[in-house]
Amino acid sequence: MSGHSPLYFKNRLYYVLLAAGGLVALAGMYAVYLMEHHGHVITGMNNQVVWGLPHVFAIFLIVAASGVLNVASIGSVFGKSIYKARAPMASLLSIAMLAGGLAVLMLDLGRPDRLMVAATNINLTSVFAWNVVLYTGMFSLIVIYLWTMMERRMNRWNKPAGFAVFAWRFILTTGTGLIFAFLTARQAYGSALLPPMFIVLSFAWGLAVFHLVQAVAYFWNDKVLDPAIMERTKHLLGIFVIGSLYLITIYHLTNLYFAQQVGFVRFILIDGGIYPTLFWLGYIVLGNLIPLGLIYWPGRKSNCMAASLLVILGAFALLYVFIIGGQAYPLDIFPGYAASSSFGDGQIASYNPSIYEFLLGFGGLAIAFILTTVGVRIFNFLPQDKRYIAD
Amino acid sequence: MNINDLRRRNFLKTSIGAAAVAIAPGFLLFDIAHGKAQAVSGKVRWGMLIDTAQCREGCNDCVTACNKENGLSGGTGATDSQWIRKVDIKDINTGRKVSLPMMCQHCENPPCVDVCPTNASFKRADGIVLVDRHRCIGCRYCMMACPYKARSFVHEPLTDQNPDVPRGKGTVESCTLCVHRIDKGQQPACAESCTNKAILFGNLNDPDSEIAKKIRAVSSVQVRANLGLNTGVRYQGL
Repeated sequence: MSGHSPLYFKNRLYYVLLAAGGLVALAGMYAVYLMEHHGHVITGMNNQVVWGLPHVFAIFLIVAASGVLNVASIGSVFGKSIYKARAPMASLLSIAMLAGGLAVLMLDLGRPDRLMVAATNINLTSVFAWNVVLYTGMFSLIVIYLWTMMERRMNRWNKPAGFAVFAWRFILTTGTGLIFAFLTARQAYGSALLPPMFIVLSFAWGLAVFHLVQAVAYFWNDKVLDPAIMERTKHLLGIFVIGSLYLITIYHLTNLYFAQQVGFVRFILIDGGIYPTLFWLGYIVLGNLIPLGLIYWPGRKSNCMAASLLVILGAFALLYVFIIGGQAYPLDIFPGYAASSSFGDGQIASYNPSIYEFLLGFGGLAIAFILTTVGVRIFNFLPQDKRYIAD
Repeated sequence: MNINDLRRRNFLKTSIGAAAVAIAPGFLLFDIAHGKAQAVSGKVRWGMLIDTAQCREGCNDCVTACNKENGLSGGTGATDSQWIRKVDIKDINTGRKVSLPMMCQHCENPPCVDVCPTNASFKRADGIVLVDRHRCIGCRYCMMACPYKARSFVHEPLTDQNPDVPRGKGTVESCTLCVHRIDKGQQPACAESCTNKAILFGNLNDPDSEIAKKIRAVSSVQVRANLGLNTGVRYQGL
């Protein structure tokens, strides 16, 4: 055993990690098979809560995939060198998360076998159909952007490609927000605030994911990240977290001000059981206040990794409240009346996610993990920094 | 006759035979589905007027008739399909109680059709909103968009379907206004089954139809009229 070099063990560990990721993805595929065979009855989703945990995972991955490109944009569009060095890695992460998120979204369909139908019948008024175009466009643009970075002869096209990606991802996240913003009758959605809110959330979530992946990659390659660089991106994360907190506050304040929405706000923020708990403890405290403390608390060594990890956990809590809590609150079909029926009218809908939904969601994370791990190993995506000098 | 002529003749024969075999099931199924060669007319708009004063609390006849006609299980679990349901409502301030049937309102501007990525949700020329079960990918976006919660998702495999009303696991479905009955000149099952005649069905666009005359004469409303969807189903006494 002692005859082997540390590199040998590292190689071994790499394949172990890949195999672990593969197993999780495989478990996700098995869950999909069962869901297709038995129908969605084996999930916790029902006719009242029609989108469940898979959508929480999928939307996190897609929103973070757009946000992580912020790192690349600051480099390519605004010419900041420390971010430019990180653009390839950010692009890879974006492709990986987009693939994972889309896989989850697609495999949760009632008829995923009809992918070709979705690709060949486009309803121009459907935000979902727009998103089909936006996601495929994003993939292609990132690949072109990577090409302009990795291939020296293409370098001169790097700036235009960077601009295109920058613009496209704004439109992409707007599209994700619009899925909810364009719902006319639901109390929780139907607000023009949602697209910008998703964009700012994407900045925070994407950067948090980037911090974690960067730390692991540096550790793996025995490299040390310049503390000055860490300090800068850490403050950026702080600003994004404050920004998203601001928009979430405005979203709830707007609802609070409209008398017809007060019931819904009470449900989400005070007496809705799991949803207020997840919102206040999961999102506000764990996902915002503690990370902000970790970033800004004076006089102590800040812990950017813990802050990033908590921001990601907070993201899941927020999306659970937003997506599932938003559906659990009864649709107000007869304003001014109390309603009851055999179909859940006037009742808080119940939702208990099943193991298959978790497996599918983690399967999506595993796909993103595998693509990132393989990408970082095969290509030269690790940031190459000169000694940091402020721009 | 040379060998090439024979080959050509055989080729033509085989082609015609293959074409016949390909087309025949279509003709046969068209007949089974009682298909009409004539397209539906956009001059017609089918609709309903529901008189809530005639709708009794606790009476479920329309729901039972719908389930039987369309081959639904009649289950009321969270994952069971319900195309029509009885809703009991009570004015929060005055305490006045009303009971009414709720189903797809067959909107003129249906949000479900707007959001459907594959055009599976569509509105027929005569105003009936339907789901093409061959095109539906089961994304459930229409269920999120419907202000009336009129749609159900098929969560389980189905057996013993009514051939006139095809359904499918993993797709979304809702009230079809009994389109298969309308096309045969009959009324929707719920309207026919209501012993109190609370559901009046007819052509809203024909000024001489009973429904058109009645909605001119009595006060009726659309549920959530503020959304501007112009529903085909109207309620009296709400």
